[in-house]
Amino acid sequence: MEETIQFKLNGKQTKLNVDGERKLLWVLRTDLETTGPKYGCGEGICGACTVLIDGTAARSCQTSVKEVNGRYVVTIEGLAANGSLHPLQKAFMKHDGFQCGYCTSGMILTAYSFLKQVPHATHDQIIEGMEDNLCRCGAHKRIVAAVQEAAKEMEGAM
Amino acid sequence: MKIQNENFKTRNSDIPTTDLLMPDLETANNNFNFQLDRRQFMKLAGSGVFLFFTIGDLPLFGQQEGRGVRRNLPNDFNAFLRIGEDGRVSLYTGKIEMGQGVYTSLGQMLAEELDVPLGSVDMVMGDTDLCPWDMGTFGSMSTRFFGPPLRMAGAKARQVMLELASEHLNTPVEKLTVENSVVFEKSNKNNRVSYAELAKGKKIEREPKGPVSLKKPSEFKIIGKSFARRDGEEKVTGKAKYAGDIQIPGMVYAKILRPPAHGAKLLDVDVSEAKKVSGVQVVQDGDFVAVLHKYPDVAEMALSKIKAKFDSPKTGIDDKTIFDHLLKSADEGRTAAHDGDLQTGEKESKFVFDETYLNDYVAHAPIEPHTAVVHLEGDKATVWASTQTPFSAKEEAARKLGISPDNVRVITPFVGGGFGAKSRNGQVEEAARIAKLSGKPVQLAWTREEEFFFDTYRPAAIVKIKSGITENGRMNLWDYKVYYAGERGAEQFYTIPNHRTTAYGGNAHPFATGPWRAPANNTNTFARESQIEIMAAKAGTDPLEFRLKHLRDEKMKRVLKAAAEKFGWKPAKGPSGRGYGIACGLDAGATVATMAEVAVDKATGEVQVKRVVCAQDMGLVINPEGATIQIEGCITMGLGYALSEGLHFKDGKILDTNFDTYELPRFSWLPKIDTVLIEDRESDPQGGGEPAIITMGGVIANAIFDATGARLFHLPMTPERILDAMKSARG
Ligand code: FES
Ligand code: FES
Repeated sequence: MEETIQFKLNGKQTKLNVDGERKLLWVLRTDLETTGPKYGCGEGICGACTVLIDGTAARSCQTSVKEVNGRYVVTIEGLAANGSLHPLQKAFMKHDGFQCGYCTSGMILTAYSFLKQVPHATHDQIIEGMEDNLCRCGAHKRIVAAVQEAAKEMEGAM
Repeated sequence: MKIQNENFKTRNSDIPTTDLLMPDLETANNNFNFQLDRRQFMKLAGSGVFLFFTIGDLPLFGQQEGRGVRRNLPNDFNAFLRIGEDGRVSLYTGKIEMGQGVYTSLGQMLAEELDVPLGSVDMVMGDTDLCPWDMGTFGSMSTRFFGPPLRMAGAKARQVMLELASEHLNTPVEKLTVENSVVFEKSNKNNRVSYAELAKGKKIEREPKGPVSLKKPSEFKIIGKSFARRDGEEKVTGKAKYAGDIQIPGMVYAKILRPPAHGAKLLDVDVSEAKKVSGVQVVQDGDFVAVLHKYPDVAEMALSKIKAKFDSPKTGIDDKTIFDHLLKSADEGRTAAHDGDLQTGEKESKFVFDETYLNDYVAHAPIEPHTAVVHLEGDKATVWASTQTPFSAKEEAARKLGISPDNVRVITPFVGGGFGAKSRNGQVEEAARIAKLSGKPVQLAWTREEEFFFDTYRPAAIVKIKSGITENGRMNLWDYKVYYAGERGAEQFYTIPNHRTTAYGGNAHPFATGPWRAPANNTNTFARESQIEIMAAKAGTDPLEFRLKHLRDEKMKRVLKAAAEKFGWKPAKGPSGRGYGIACGLDAGATVATMAEVAVDKATGEVQVKRVVCAQDMGLVINPEGATIQIEGCITMGLGYALSEGLHFKDGKILDTNFDTYELPRFSWLPKIDTVLIEDRESDPQGGGEPAIITMGGVIANAIFDATGARLFHLPMTPERILDAMKSARG
């Protein structure tokens, strides 16, 4: 059933008439032309579709758009503040935390959310925090290195 | 991919232009229905200085049945570069970037020889209108076969620029040199002219008059240095476009009615409920039924309302019976290598080992599924595809659209992983078919379930080895039979006087199979390296020593020793209880040795790979960091086919439909990885995207044996199979 959904997306207020049951992933990618979140499995297993909802990582393929009514959604496109890259983005670039790059937006946003909860994360905690995001290219080692470095940079900043 | 991005037709941009770079190309196609010659082509490609060059095996391409013959571009070269009026260098190549980093490494080779900053090189990749014909991106071939001619092209272009500068500055070439795109007189730096100035207002193809030579390794400033990947910023900001991110006005998303199993026939279909969903269009062509909507999720929902009856065949073939089935249907085989006499070998052997190795079907499972957008306008079409073979996609789309391939342009955005899967373009054909049926621009992205269903799996395979050692522990017999995997890596490289290698094929797979990262070699290396250690254990010799004793290949000895040093290998006969393993092999011109340490939970059969050391000799290394990353990727991905990845199926039904039952390697699996690059700067660069993966089955199998005394003969080595093997090891 069509309803009016309003939420903030990457700093902008967004309002749309939409079937509230539709999944956020598809509403973002099509209606809202925000293609940073990717489809990988559609069942909440891979993490490619991860976005932040009120600062916490969520799988947009499993989230109905009505669930974000009145909330704040950030996708990878909205992570850089005022044109300067987020420390996680810089660290992913520096450490080559990707190969094909298809899992990358999900990885970065998952790491963001996780580091907020566990600011001084150890290597093992990072592994645990990233466990449910899949990368087929095998960029894991670099991703861990990138998250580790960003964790240091973000200390105090968050 | 700067230029490509400008060409993307997105809803955000206003009216899309197809040919920003070459506005008259389409008109030109109408005027010249045959191949353009170079001069005509240059007219279209803009101003600048051009250099056309050829990858070594161009003549062979031409001979392939019809493939590539009908391309628009001149056919006596298959890559070219242009130095533009702004001093930027563009490299046009049909190769694509799918994570392997060629975007960076090809640029490095060119920048080095041409003496320009890496940042001034633009890559135009995988666009069939702008780039000359290319067979495809696979087989670790980009750097290997493209590298040497690319460097030569760069060196030639540099000489051309020197000669142009010599005329411009009225100074003999010998007195000039180049740095950072500026030519100047060695003794008077003020007497100078930039590449940009030299290219200004020109539209010339030029070959150098004077001699051209490649730089010596000691002169390298860019090759051999590590550069962060040049596609980094786009990929961490979400700006990088993949095929599924392409949207064009009026585009609909398609979902296709699928059979429940391979070989199933559609008996009856009722689409009436689907049609009732508002905004949905259903197209039908025989058994082919597709649902279209401007939102993919609505199309999917409508598709689920279709009532269809299928007749699914009972073949009795499943993931357990498959090996018997394959063996029964094998052909008569082909001898790949043979020396000595097997009977003598057997007679002289004190111990003979007769073993059979198996591996299950393995999925490619790139996280980006096969995706294509097809936009048909009149008798012309533009296709955006996640593909490793854009030029085949062009032909395939044309066939389905019923138009000439000359009128189809395939643009390859970033590809979200391929590993061989995207050499086949089923999604392009389907999207083209739907575009034609519906008259609308169509995007088709396979779901994960479709991706599993239509994958061209790494084939299930069988290796039978009969081998023997003499009383004093020397290998004397090697009769090697590989079924269905293929020959790559089948030939053994140890010193064994009596040996034979036979490869058997056949056409008995219940679904499609195809090349998977380092095809055949994963299977062959697993079997060979396991068998070697069975013999080493029987001979009571340390497995490293056993290998070195039987090796003449100096490179192989060197990588083994380098790995051993880094690993801290201490000789012991297996099983030592330490959980150490070794495997080595040859692939794509590279020589690789891997050592691993594992811990096996004897109660559950779970394996944790604690560390992996991989030493690789890959000739000249263009981007050491890039090469290291590829090796790490191989090791991490290789954990999957070694430990968990094996397809479940029954009667043509693919039982794995997502990553819940088909398990990919995860962060917690990650071992400590150390890589040793053994560089040989005097030789050509070798493949890097595949070789290290070949050792992963063997090295883990050998490490599990060393830890437990149990020998695994079947990949993947799941906890269940490990427990079984431990049970039989105890007797
Ligand atoms: S697409 Fe949402 S978790 Fe995989
Ligand atoms: S970088 Fe390709 S899936 Fe992670």
